[in-house]
Amino acid sequence: MTIRGAAYIAGIYEHPGRDLPEKTVWDIHTEVALGALADAGLSMTDVDALFCDGTAGFGVMTLIDHFGLNPTYVDNTETGGSSYLAHVGHAAAAIAAGKCTVALVTLAGKPRSGWQGPSFAPGPESSFEQLWGMAGAPHSYALAAQRHMYEFGTTAEQLAEIKVAASIHAQHNPHAFLPYAVTVEDVVNSPMVSDPLHRLDCCVVTDGGGALVVVSPEVAKKLGKTNAKILGHGEALKHTSNGTIDLTYTGAVFSGPRAFAEAGVSTKDIDYASIYDSFTITVLQTIEDLGFCEKGKGGHFVSDGGLIAPFGTLPFNTDGGGLCNNHPSNRGGITKVIEAVRQLRGEAHPAVQVPNCQIALAHGTGGSLGTRHGSVTLILGQEDA
Amino acid sequence: MSTLPTPAPTVTTSNATFWAATAEGKFLLQRCSSCSTIVWFPRAHCPTCWTETLSTFEASGSGTVYSFTIVRKGRNVYSESAPFVIAYVELAEGPRIMTNIVDCDPESVHIGMKVRMVFHDTGQGNALYRFVPHS
Repeated sequence: MTIRGAAYIAGIYEHPGRDLPEKTVWDIHTEVALGALADAGLSMTDVDALFCDGTAGFGVMTLIDHFGLNPTYVDNTETGGSSYLAHVGHAAAAIAAGKCTVALVTLAGKPRSGWQGPSFAPGPESSFEQLWGMAGAPHSYALAAQRHMYEFGTTAEQLAEIKVAASIHAQHNPHAFLPYAVTVEDVVNSPMVSDPLHRLDCCVVTDGGGALVVVSPEVAKKLGKTNAKILGHGEALKHTSNGTIDLTYTGAVFSGPRAFAEAGVSTKDIDYASIYDSFTITVLQTIEDLGFCEKGKGGHFVSDGGLIAPFGTLPFNTDGGGLCNNHPSNRGGITKVIEAVRQLRGEAHPAVQVPNCQIALAHGTGGSLGTRHGSVTLILGQEDA
Repeated sequence: MSTLPTPAPTVTTSNATFWAATAEGKFLLQRCSSCSTIVWFPRAHCPTCWTETLSTFEASGSGTVYSFTIVRKGRNVYSESAPFVIAYVELAEGPRIMTNIVDCDPESVHIGMKVRMVFHDTGQGNALYRFVPHS
């Protein structure tokens, strides 16, 4: 059994706010949930499954109490920013198994105006990783970038091309946190945060959230609108592998083939891709690992406008991505799915809408490339895809 | 001499032997008695074959920089320390371990650089392992 065609994404909502000091994370969860349900043409009374990450209080128990739901199926998968793509895959499997018919996925967080996120207990690795000044994602991702540059000759200018493409798209998004175009020179001349990553190699820090509604084919049919069919899902966790970590690749090496196989498509079939962009290096490695180009050739692939919509080789992150638009709760997975659905519906901004977008890919990366992370790949399509 | 802070580790039953040895300037690695896998970081089982009988041996202290970053703005106890280098060093015995490269210009650090281990007392009965250029 596969989940190909077993479920649809019928509702999407991205909170328009990027700095929300007056709201609690619970307010944001409610707003995005109601927004996505309204987009689907459904209401809270239709929801029989709830999916959220580990940042929401006592997880899904806190959230069902807050919402006033009594779902028949819940999932609290926590793989950082990739969680929400995993939730979609898990929701499709649960729907295929007859466990539920309308699954709600929500994300909310406030890293910009006041962190209300999780404080994870130390793991067995903590005293072997956290005593040397590693304090935040940039340091960890920088280790991966430095090694990739060493092995493959990737340059700062090539990484900058990724930010440039995202920024060109962000100009058309009125909600984008950084709604203006930047140049390669702007990126490489921005302050160094953690060599070789500059400030503009890093994503934005924003409050906000998003939600998705995943439904059974029967529900989708009744809604009678353009829904995104779930074609394939793959997930993988990459870790330090007993002291043998290789920093030049991501878990997309494993999640990608699983998703492509389930969907029955290949890279050449992908019209649009939402690629997780916590940092420019995240995009570069992921594009290679998903097979859009040979390993080590990502720098060439992203140059010369390769990622710029609508006519680049691989139009990506047309909302401006985490690099320019939004990275709510320091987790960009849900916005990756949302923009992929917009593209399939033809609802992206006209300046960046990919003509006749039939098949879209969304990929999430959560955690750290420098230690351990979750990778989840989703492939979505039009009804007849 | 490094000016970096020396935060103390959280000592648990599965890493106590490791950290106690650092006070004597020794870096212990574990080896699985069943499949001979070298284990990093310390734990009570082999993550390859899940045998729970591990022996320990002292590492040579020699290594090579596998990757590194120069931190331009430190946080928490490292808030006054930038610029400083965080690195993965590949030990001569194989494991790649998180550490700092000290006692040199951060700009001089490079992948492939030969380094040797030093220990910085935490004042808590153990020491942090760091690396200096190996001339």
